[in-house]
Amino acid sequence: MNKDEKAAGLMKTIMPEGFVFDPARGARWFTRHGHTGFLGMEYHDHGDDWIELALPWREDLVGVEETGVLASGPIISLLDNATSMSVWTRQGTFNPQVTLDLRIDYVRAATPGKTVIARAECYQVRRSMAFVRGIAHDGDIADPVAHTAGIFMLVSSEGWSKP
Amino acid sequence: MSAFKLPPYARTMGMDVDHIEDGGVPVIAMDFADKVQGRPGFLHGGAIGGLLEMAAHAALRAELDRQGSDARIKPVNISIEYLRGGLQERTFARGEVIRAGRRVANVRVEAWQGDRSKLVASSWMNFLLAPPKD
Repeated sequence: MNKDEKAAGLMKTIMPEGFVFDPARGARWFTRHGHTGFLGMEYHDHGDDWIELALPWREDLVGVEETGVLASGPIISLLDNATSMSVWTRQGTFNPQVTLDLRIDYVRAATPGKTVIARAECYQVRRSMAFVRGIAHDGDIADPVAHTAGIFMLVSSEGWSKP
Repeated sequence: MSAFKLPPYARTMGMDVDHIEDGGVPVIAMDFADKVQGRPGFLHGGAIGGLLEMAAHAALRAELDRQGSDARIKPVNISIEYLRGGLQERTFARGEVIRAGRRVANVRVEAWQGDRSKLVASSWMNFLLAPPKD
């Protein structure tokens, strides 16, 4: 078996293309692995076309040492993950995709010590692309920390991952 | 004047100042590790975003230092284009200050791996400049 076949085999075991995506279970899998797991993201809630992930505040993720404000990097990661999972949530299946672009507006600094919650929605899926938007807040969604809009490219599973 | 110092988040992610380019612009780098991995075998888009922001921040601080300004830097927004999958390699990023005015600074940032002409991601970022706190 070559490397690509091995990779495809493993991906089929973990997340076979077209398998039913259960947002709560799926998110819990992702939040145990890689960067998402390292940052300590947690599943929070979901609906038909939206999902919420939480990122508890942590001292080693701070961007301004003097104030304790969370860096914006972890907020990008949180919004990237939440918007990505909102596509699978809307579709009800897992399909390989990659981020084409992501724009984030930092409305205000996150409050030090508070958990940041991202609520992401997939508002349209076309043949090649999925369109997403999301809000990050630290307790009151009417007083957001950040807004995002992005696009995911839907791709074939071949070469999508290289375990 | 305040020299750029990588914040806790950057150190946690394994970022460092790779070298300083002509004109005093720092190139920030990040090694591949499981903690920056997204889909198996590739860099996480958020980790790339975090690296781009750090490079933008560092480039702007270097430019403000050059101007003799000790303004505080606050991120306003960022737009990232992901151009190719980030491989299991060291990743570099460098910002270019397009304009640093009195209140706002506009920075372009690019990230690459082995071959600088093959970008992993490209982005623009805007910052608000605030007077230093006493």
